[in-house]
Amino acid sequence: MKTLFNLVLLAAFALSANAKEIKLLNVSYDPTRELYVEYNAAFAKYWKAKTGDDVTVSQSHGGSGKQAQAVINGLEADVVTLALAYDIDAISQQARLLPADWQKRLPNDSTPYTSTIVFLVRKGNPKNIKDWDDVIRKDVSVVVANPKTSGGARWAYLAAYAYALEKNNHDDTAARSFITKLYKNVPVLDSGARGSTVTFAKNGIGDVLLAWENEAHLALKEFGADKFEIVTPSLSILAEPPVAVVDKNAKRHHTTEVATEYLKYLYSDEGQEIAANNFYRPRNEAIAAKYASNFTQLRLVTLESEFGSWANAQQTHFADGGVFDQIYQPQN
Amino acid sequence: MTPAATTFHVPHRASQRRVTGEPPFVRRALIGVALVFLSLFLFIPLISVFAQAFAKGVGFYFHTLNDPMAWSAIKLTLYAAAIAVPLNCVFGVCAAWAIAKFDFRGKNILLTLIDLPFSVSPVIAGLIYVLVFGAQGWLGLYMNADNPKFPWLANWLNDHNFKIIFAVPGIVLATIFVTFPFVARELIPLMQAQGRNEEEAARVLGASGWQTFWRVTLPNIKWGLIYGVILCNARAMGEFGAVSVVSGKIRGQTNTIPLHIEALYDDYNFTGAFAVASLLALLALVTLGIKTWVEHQQAKQEQTEIVQ
Repeated sequence: MKTLFNLVLLAAFALSANAKEIKLLNVSYDPTRELYVEYNAAFAKYWKAKTGDDVTVSQSHGGSGKQAQAVINGLEADVVTLALAYDIDAISQQARLLPADWQKRLPNDSTPYTSTIVFLVRKGNPKNIKDWDDVIRKDVSVVVANPKTSGGARWAYLAAYAYALEKNNHDDTAARSFITKLYKNVPVLDSGARGSTVTFAKNGIGDVLLAWENEAHLALKEFGADKFEIVTPSLSILAEPPVAVVDKNAKRHHTTEVATEYLKYLYSDEGQEIAANNFYRPRNEAIAAKYASNFTQLRLVTLESEFGSWANAQQTHFADGGVFDQIYQPQN
Repeated sequence: MTPAATTFHVPHRASQRRVTGEPPFVRRALIGVALVFLSLFLFIPLISVFAQAFAKGVGFYFHTLNDPMAWSAIKLTLYAAAIAVPLNCVFGVCAAWAIAKFDFRGKNILLTLIDLPFSVSPVIAGLIYVLVFGAQGWLGLYMNADNPKFPWLANWLNDHNFKIIFAVPGIVLATIFVTFPFVARELIPLMQAQGRNEEEAARVLGASGWQTFWRVTLPNIKWGLIYGVILCNARAMGEFGAVSVVSGKIRGQTNTIPLHIEALYDDYNFTGAFAVASLLALLALVTLGIKTWVEHQQAKQEQTEIVQ
């Protein structure tokens, strides 16, 4: 009896040594749902072929700021793939789950793909919206998420602000009046980018949606190209959604190696192709060239050139009592 | 049986009509308004939930419900309700018994505390747990402290990867919090109305406390208790706000049915969202059915009591 028991134990050990079941949790922002469903399957296949281990990646999605807050409060993400660097900085500063220089650990400032902010309008562009100046017209209703909780909404705000600065010879007062007019046109602020897409596309509110480029393309795909069209403004911002291993959580789960590989594989040819297929601009130049027709060329300014740093932009614009709080009054 | 008791029976239709002196058109207008209101706000949305759920056919409907993510959400919801409802049931009976049958100091404070979950927004309820049990809250700071008091306890918690929020225990806690008053609130007025004469009689006749409760109190409150449990269960399964704050929304792990509906809706899977929503709508209908039956039984019991 005892030998039989030992044999069973041995067999169980042998089996578990052969194929480990690894679980990862990827806490991400709102519009990446489809991207990571596809990427997780590809990575699981790659990892199985490489090591023989099964890896299941669970997903959690929501407004980028909200997701960062959840990780700070104990949501045990092995990796975070958020909309902007400041949200990962917050995890590093407030919860000390990863070092302050996390952004230097992977190529391209830990941003395997980029995106930008474009306009989604109803088919035929009935309000004739061509550029940022049309968005602040009094007869235009604009849908965008709350920059306090949504990463995409912060990029959209900064894109509009950058345009206004450019147009007014970098006069801050003029830019502020521009952005005030813009948010006067916003009837509803959802907490995440996906919420505002649903508000605009499904619930039929607003004339224009300020959206992630990938989110706008996905809306065309999901709701039909006969319902909406994408308008590319003359200038927008280079949106860089970064990725990072959350060191302390990964260490506790003994997943540091696979979590790191999970993020590195985003830079591989397969990872880059999946990103491009989901309308994220790939970093790899060869693949970017291959998918060039997916992405309209436009002038993209960087956050660093216009606003210095995320810490700076956050402090000036989005912190409590910042510019956004001063200019935004909820509409009735 | 006394002849006077028969007057308690349902009055004759004619006499019922004479209760109000309004002209017929006023009565019809009132009934009409109520009906229009009900159809606009209840029937049409309810029917539309089912219509939307089956918009892509029966196959798609069952495909959505068969999805492992949907299953995990259903299981988690049942699990949370299976813990929260019995606990609140026991607590509700104890609290109602104490309040209705005894006088003690601080009774009003206890009553107010029981009502607290009704007056606090569910989102705040969720946030309370994040503040207490989150990584930046009391528990988290203790577990991550450099020199914790009772190091063995901190080590034990860390070794066992002790988690409350963004895990199942947090969801159960949040559910218990929001459904806390349902049973007690249902029983307190009932038990107060019944008074303590029967219990006192039982004690005088030599029954122990446990016998008194089991043979006298419980049969008296049976239907009220069942009613409270039904309401408690319906709320436990449908709760969104508090649970969404403590869940972390990990698909297949910490999503309950309401959170899974939100996730599907945000995935542009509107039909799928309504398919899962139809489960909750069904639950509501079943609840309504049982509730009507319980009320009927209760009325019947009261009538036989009067007749006796």
